[in-house]
Amino acid sequence: MAEGYSKKVMEHFLNPKNVGVIENPDGYGKVGNPVCGDQMEIYIKVKNDVITDIKFKTFGCGSAIATSSMVTELAKGKHVDEAMKLTRNDVADELDGLPPQKMHCSNLAADALHEAIKDYKSKKK
Amino acid sequence: MLEQLCGFNGESMKRIYLDHASSMPVDPRVFEFAKPYLLENFGNPSSLHSIGLKAKDALEESRAKIASFINAEKENCIVFTGSATEANNLGIRGTALRNISQGKTVVASAIEHMSVLNPMKDLQKNGFTFNTIPVDSTGIVDLEKLESLITKDTVVTSIMYANNEIGTIEPIKKISKIVHEKGIYLHVDATAAVGRIPINVQEGEIDLLTLSSNDLYGPKGAGALYIKPGLKLQSVIPGGGQERGLRSGTENIFAIVGMGEAARIAQQEMDQESKRLKVVRDKLIEEILKIDEAYLTGHPIERLPHHASFRFSYIEGESILLNMDMYNIQVATGSACSHKTLEPSHVLLAIGLKHEEAHGSMAMTLGRSNTIKEVPTIVKAVRETVQRLRKLSPLYNK
Repeated sequence: MAEGYSKKVMEHFLNPKNVGVIENPDGYGKVGNPVCGDQMEIYIKVKNDVITDIKFKTFGCGSAIATSSMVTELAKGKHVDEAMKLTRNDVADELDGLPPQKMHCSNLAADALHEAIKDYKSKKK
Repeated sequence: MLEQLCGFNGESMKRIYLDHASSMPVDPRVFEFAKPYLLENFGNPSSLHSIGLKAKDALEESRAKIASFINAEKENCIVFTGSATEANNLGIRGTALRNISQGKTVVASAIEHMSVLNPMKDLQKNGFTFNTIPVDSTGIVDLEKLESLITKDTVVTSIMYANNEIGTIEPIKKISKIVHEKGIYLHVDATAAVGRIPINVQEGEIDLLTLSSNDLYGPKGAGALYIKPGLKLQSVIPGGGQERGLRSGTENIFAIVGMGEAARIAQQEMDQESKRLKVVRDKLIEEILKIDEAYLTGHPIERLPHHASFRFSYIEGESILLNMDMYNIQVATGSACSHKTLEPSHVLLAIGLKHEEAHGSMAMTLGRSNTIKEVPTIVKAVRETVQRLRKLSPLYNK
């Protein structure tokens, strides 16, 4: 496969989980920009500090889409403090690795999640 | 949707290969013709015994075929190299370094291949001045800028015959006139154009021309540089003195013989084949441009007959490429994610596209295997790909 993507990356690219937006989300995170070629937006719904629903929209390459999908899967059902600990490496590992030059894309997916959680926490205060 | 369409990688669907600018299959006739030079006729053309002479004869026959194909003055105007990249390097470095007394400036269009731009940047590090000529939004070289930017101090100017990413054909005769009025050598990279449109080095008044074997349905591992009689070059690969001393190293006879035969076949079949492909290409362009916010990149008329290139708003090219591959359709993109540098294509930026626009590019280059019957399948795949990726994209709000 192009750029040496794992089967798991391709599965998440082709059939991404949790695509979409949440109206009136409890948290919203956006990272990247179209100029760089990657932009991700993550929406979360939180109940008792647990992420009950999560959706994403991503503009970007194969791994950008796959990592977005994966990070939403990993975060769903987790306590926000646990979800905050998810790293780019966790996401890449769950996808059976990413080509080295793509590591910055998975970084973005985790970052978008963190931004959404921060947004949730700041609203809560 | 997609999983119903195909298996994991779409292998169950008939392959539609649309990336001939990247790589082409070897014509079976070429393979059969050249095969003996891997097996029984394995000689080294520099050996004086009968086996060596057989290889030498084949080498010279191939040189004659290439010379005839581009209407070179003499057979020995053709120097074989290992690739078009190497021919570009020899043409530019070899000319600049050997003719340094004429000047220390090198000039190229902004949309040249990296194998032209990078040797020039390298010369720049070694004391040369390097000027790039801008192009307009269709990729045509700015002739006024060309005239003003080449000075008496310029030694070699390199402008491609046609661009590999956007298909635009440059007005080589006009360019040649401007360059020659200033007494400067013109190198033309014809890698993308060769085998698609007729090339005549004498009529085009070209001093140096780069050709590639694979773009003619020949084997990889061979390229050629045409050098106008009388023009002196410095070797960039010194050694045993093969190829007029300009490119040392035992010749890759299999690839060179294949390249010659591929050129002979192209000479006979190109006109008809290009006419056929142009019909397919025009239909593809017409249908794909019906997609909302799909745009043609490159020149609408002055373009290679097998070349269709586009950009789509709100989506990214590598995703387009991967998604198209799931339909077993292979395309190319100039998106950053597909490049080792993580920068979008310099060609697309040079024609004035914004970064975010250049990221959404897709190029299709047709070849002998493609037919007009494939067009509806291709268009359906493009339409579904664009639709699916836009649904995922936060930039798309329709």
